[in-house]
Amino acid sequence: MPDIRGANVNASSALPNPAPRDPQEKEELLRIWASPPGWRLISDVNNRVIGLLYMGAALTFFVLAGILALVMRTQLAVPENSLVSQELYNQLFTVHGTTMMFLFAVPAVEALGVLLLPQMLAARDLPFPRLGAFAVWAYIIGGTVFFSTIFYDLAPQGGWFMYPPLTLSEYSPGNNADFWLLGIGFIEISAIAGAIEIIVGVLRTRPPGMSLDKLPVFAWAMLIFAGMIVVAFPAVILATMLLEIERSFGWVFFSAEHGGDPLLWQHLFWFFGHPEVYIIFLPAAGLVSMMVPTIARTPLVGHKLIVVALIATGFFSFGLWVHHMFTTGIPALSMAFFSAASMAVAIPSGVQIFSWIATLASSRQRIAFTPPALFILGMLFIFTVGGLTGVMVAMVPFDWQAHDTYFIVAHLHYVLIGGMVFPLFATYYYWAPMLSRRLLSERMGKWCFWLMFIGFNVAFLPMHVVGLAGMPRRVWTYGTESGFGIYNLVSTLGSYLIGIGVLIFIIDLVRNFRVGASGPVNPWKAGTLEWLPGDVYSTRSIPIVKSREPLWDQPGLTEEVERGQHYLPNAPTGGRETLITSPIEAKPQYVMQMPGPGWAHVVAAVLTAACFLLLTIKAVTIALVCGVGAIVACLVWVWELDKGPGAGPVDIGGGIKLPVYVPGSSGHSWWAMVIVMLVAGSLFFSYIFSYLYVWTVSPEYWPQGENQLPSLERGFTSALLFALAWLAFWASRKSLAQPGSKNPLTPLLVLGGVLLSVAGVGNEVHAYYQVGIDPTESTYAALVYMASVLNGQVILAVVIMGLFVVARHVAGKLDAVRCISLENTNLLAYYALAQALVSLLLIHGFPRGVLG
Amino acid sequence: MNQSVYSSAGSYAETIVQLTHIMFVAAAVITLLVVVLTAIALFAKPSWKSKLSKERVVVWGGIAFPVVTLTILLIYGFMVLSMADLQIEEDESVQISVVGEQWWWRFTYTAEDGTTFETANELRIPTDKPIVLRLTSADVIHSFWIPAYGGKLDMIPGRENVMKIEVNKPGVYRGQCAEYCGGAHALMSMYSVAMPQEEFDAWLKSESADAASSADAKGKQIFLGNGCGSCHTIRGTTASGTIGPDLTHVGSRISLAAGTLRTSKENFAGWIANHKQIKPENKMPGYDYLSDVDVEQLATFLSELK
Repeated sequence: MPDIRGANVNASSALPNPAPRDPQEKEELLRIWASPPGWRLISDVNNRVIGLLYMGAALTFFVLAGILALVMRTQLAVPENSLVSQELYNQLFTVHGTTMMFLFAVPAVEALGVLLLPQMLAARDLPFPRLGAFAVWAYIIGGTVFFSTIFYDLAPQGGWFMYPPLTLSEYSPGNNADFWLLGIGFIEISAIAGAIEIIVGVLRTRPPGMSLDKLPVFAWAMLIFAGMIVVAFPAVILATMLLEIERSFGWVFFSAEHGGDPLLWQHLFWFFGHPEVYIIFLPAAGLVSMMVPTIARTPLVGHKLIVVALIATGFFSFGLWVHHMFTTGIPALSMAFFSAASMAVAIPSGVQIFSWIATLASSRQRIAFTPPALFILGMLFIFTVGGLTGVMVAMVPFDWQAHDTYFIVAHLHYVLIGGMVFPLFATYYYWAPMLSRRLLSERMGKWCFWLMFIGFNVAFLPMHVVGLAGMPRRVWTYGTESGFGIYNLVSTLGSYLIGIGVLIFIIDLVRNFRVGASGPVNPWKAGTLEWLPGDVYSTRSIPIVKSREPLWDQPGLTEEVERGQHYLPNAPTGGRETLITSPIEAKPQYVMQMPGPGWAHVVAAVLTAACFLLLTIKAVTIALVCGVGAIVACLVWVWELDKGPGAGPVDIGGGIKLPVYVPGSSGHSWWAMVIVMLVAGSLFFSYIFSYLYVWTVSPEYWPQGENQLPSLERGFTSALLFALAWLAFWASRKSLAQPGSKNPLTPLLVLGGVLLSVAGVGNEVHAYYQVGIDPTESTYAALVYMASVLNGQVILAVVIMGLFVVARHVAGKLDAVRCISLENTNLLAYYALAQALVSLLLIHGFPRGVLG
Repeated sequence: MNQSVYSSAGSYAETIVQLTHIMFVAAAVITLLVVVLTAIALFAKPSWKSKLSKERVVVWGGIAFPVVTLTILLIYGFMVLSMADLQIEEDESVQISVVGEQWWWRFTYTAEDGTTFETANELRIPTDKPIVLRLTSADVIHSFWIPAYGGKLDMIPGRENVMKIEVNKPGVYRGQCAEYCGGAHALMSMYSVAMPQEEFDAWLKSESADAASSADAKGKQIFLGNGCGSCHTIRGTTASGTIGPDLTHVGSRISLAAGTLRTSKENFAGWIANHKQIKPENKMPGYDYLSDVDVEQLATFLSELK
C-alpha cells in the first residue's frame, strides 16, 4: 500500500535528477502531449488548447453581448426613439444580461483557471482533461444556440433574473423562456464541471513543496471561486427546475393562488445571484494580486490579509442575497441584518485595495505604465467608485429610492466592469506572452485602455444622475418631458468609445497573438511558476518550490527545470501523467495517469446539448434519444480511465518511487466524487429551504390530520428498502475478488442495491399517489413529489454507474485492487440513499412531528 | 416633471435626500483619498512611499477605517429606517388600495358615505394627513414608486404590502412602475396630485359621483355599441366592465394610458385609432375598423367625462 501522507521531499540536498538527460526523454514528452493535427484538434484535451478555445468563446460572447448593449444605447440616445421595438428591446436586455453573466463572465474566469492554473502549479494538465473539454464543448454549443435566439425572435424577455409570475406560461407563452431555463440550467452544469476540476487541480496537483501558504493568490481565489460555485449554483439549478416543471407540467411552485410564492424564486435566484458577483470578482482580484507584485517588482504587502479577505468575501457573499429584495416588503429586522452584512463585505475589498496600493508604494523603481499596469490602475478607480455606491445601496432607505433605477445600472457596471473586465484586459496583456510568440502591442494597448476608461466613465457616470432623476431600469423608451434625454445621449456616446476600445484590442489580438512555444521567456520578470519555459507538456520537470515567488527566490530554478533536474522529467508510464501531491503540504503521493485526446467526450457534449435544446422546443422523443446517446458516449469515455496499477510504481527522482493507481480517499477521483456529493447536497439543501419557506408562507395547505399525508407504513417500507440497498452496496465492496479471479456475488450485490434503490423511490411515489396528492393542486403537493424527483435523478445516476460496474466485472476489469469504478459508484449510492432517507424524514416526519 | 428623488414632497423623502447628500460627499472624499494615495504610491519621493508600503497601512486603511465609518453610517441608516414606519391610527388616515395590472394602476377609494369606488392611473391624496396605500397585484410583480413620496414598494401576487406616506407640499408628482413587468413596462406611469384637505374632499365627492351625463349621446352609443363597456366602467351608464380602467371621470385626469399621453380630445382620438403603436402589447383590442367620424365622436364623449 502507498504511503497516503506522501513522500518527504528533501529540499536542502541535491537536485532530484541528474543532468544531462537523455534527449529522447524530451522527444517522448513532445510526442505524448502533441495535439492531434488538423481538424482532429477538436478531440484534443490539453489545457492550453481547451483553455484558449474556452477563452476565445467567452471573449466572443463578450463582444456579442456588448454589441447588443450598443444597440440598446442607440435606442435610448434620444427620447421617444423608435429604432428598436418594445419586444425586441425587452429581448435585448434579457439576452445582454444573461450572456454577460452566464456566457461571458463565469466562463471567462473558468477559462483563465484552465489556462493559468496548471502553469502556475507546474502541473502537466488539470486532473480531468476530458471533463474540462466536455464542459467547454457543451458550453460553446449551448451558448451559441441560446444567443442565436435573439436573431429569430425566440429570445426570452423576462429579464436575466426571470422573475415569476411574469415567466410562467400564462404571461410568457411560447418557448422563449424555456430557452433561458434549459439553456442556462445546462450551462450551469458545465460551470460546475469546471469547478470540480479546479478544486481538485488546486488541492492535488501542486508541485512538491508548495504548501498552502505558498499557493499563488490566483490559485487561492480560484479555489474559493470553485467552492462558491459548488454551493451557489445548485440553488439556481433548483429554481430553474421548479420553474420549468411549473411551465411544462403545471406543478405549482410560484402561483400564489395555489399556496406558492413568487418570492421563493427570488430567494433561490439571489442566493445564487449575489455570490455570483463575487464568483466573478474574486478570481479577477486574485489576478490583480498576481500582477501588482510583478509590476512593483516586490512581494505583495499583506499577503495573508489578502487570502483572509478572499475567504471572508466568499463567506459574507452568502449572507447578502436579501439586499436584492429590500423593496419586496420583508420584515424590518431582516432588512437591518442584511444591510449590515452588505456593508461588512466592503471590508475585505478595502483590504485588497489598500494592499495593492501599499505594494505599489513599496516598489523601489518607477512603475512602468504598461497596458497591464494601466488597466489595474483604471480598475482601482472604477472598482472603488462601484464599491462606494454599493455601500450606498446597502442603506435600506436609499435603496428604496435607487432600487431598479439607472443608479443600480451604473453601480453594477462599475463593480463588474471595474472588478472583472478591467482586470481581465490587464490579464490579456500580461499573460499573452505565456502563450503567444509575440507580446501584444504596447501602443495599441494604451489606446485601448484610455478609450475604454474614458468611455466607461462617460457612459456610466451620468447614469447615477439619471437614475436618481427617476429613470427606471429596463425601459425601452422615455418621454421627452422627462428630461432624461441629455444624460442618455452622453451615456450613448461613452458606450461607443468603449466599443472602439474593444475593437482596437481585437485588432491587436489579430495582428500580434500567435500561439507558440518560442515566445519571450518571462518578459515581465515575474516570480511565479507560469513563467517557467515550457511546451505542450507544460514544464520539462516539476520543480521543488520553496517560496511564494520561486523564480525570484530560487536562483537557477528556470535552468534546472528546463534541464530536467527536478521531478518527473520523463513519462515513466509511457502516457500522459502528472504528479498528485497531498492537499496541504504538497508531498508527492502518486503519479496520475491521464487520458489523451478522444472523441467520446465531444460526442457526449454535442448530444447533451442537443438533448437540452430539443427538450426546449418540446421534441421529446428525439431529445430522449440524444440523452441516451450522451450517456452511452460518457460510458465509452470513462471505460478506459480505471487503468489499474499495471505500470507502477515509478521513479520520479530524488529517490522517490510512487504508485500510479491509488484507490480510497487519497485518489483524485474520490475527491471529485465528494465534490459531486457536495453539489447534490447543496441542491437538496435548497429544496429543504424551499419546502420550509413555502410552509411559512402558506401553512394552510399542509396536511391537517392524515388527509393528504402518505401513510407511515409506506414510509417505513421505503426506509427499509433504502437501508437494504445501502447494505448491498457496502457488501459489494467487501465481495471483490483478488486480481485474476471473479466473485459472482459482486454483480448480484450491485444489481440488488440498484433495484432496491429504485424500488424505494417507486414505493414513495406510489404512496403519494395513493392518498391523492396532486402536484398541480397545491405547492405542498408539488414539493412532496419534488423530493422524489431529486432522489430519482441521483439514483438514476447510480443505476447507470451500477450497470457500468457490472460490465467492468464481466470484462474482468474489476477486482479488489482495481476497484475505483466500484468505489465511486458506492460513494454516490451512499449519498443518494442518505438523501432519500432525509427526504423521508421531511415528507413523513415534518407534518406529523412538527405540525402534530 | 417631478419624477426626481430630489423633488421630495414629504419629510420622510426629505430625510432620504439628506442621507443621499451625506453619502455622496463621503463617497467623493473616499474616492479622492484612494486616488491621492495611489498617486503617492506611484509618483511620490521614496520617503513618502515607504510610509505607505507597510502592512499596517492595509490594517488601518482596509480594516479600521471602513469598520468605523460603516458602523456610523449603519447606525444613521437604522435611524432613518425606523422613521419609515409611521405610527398611524386607522381612523385618522386615508386608506387607498392600489392594484398593479399589466400595464396600469387601479385605485380604490372609500367615499364619505363608506362606499368604495374606482379610479385609475392617478393618485389623488390630501396633504398633511397620513395615507395608507395597500399594494397588491392582479398578474405579475410591479413596483409602486412615486419618488417624491420617498421610496418604492413591490406589488406581489398573493401578498399585500402596505406603504405609509405623509405629504406636506401640494403639487403634481409623477411615478412609474419600477419592477420590470413585461411588454409595456416602460409605459406604466402615473401622476399623483397632492392637494389641501378641502380640495381633496371636493374631489372625492365629485369623483365618487356618477359620470356627468354627456350632451353628445352619439359618442356614448359608439362606446356602448362597440362593446367598450365589457371592459370599462362608466358609472351611471350600462358600461360596467372591470377588466380595464374605470373611465367614469377619465376626461378629468392628467394623462391617458397610464402616463403615456396628456389628456386631450386629440389624444383620445389618437389612442383609439393607434393604441397598438402608442403602447405595444397593451390588452385593449384594436378598433381600426371605426370610421374617423366615429373616433372623433368617441373622443369627444370621453374627453367630456370630467
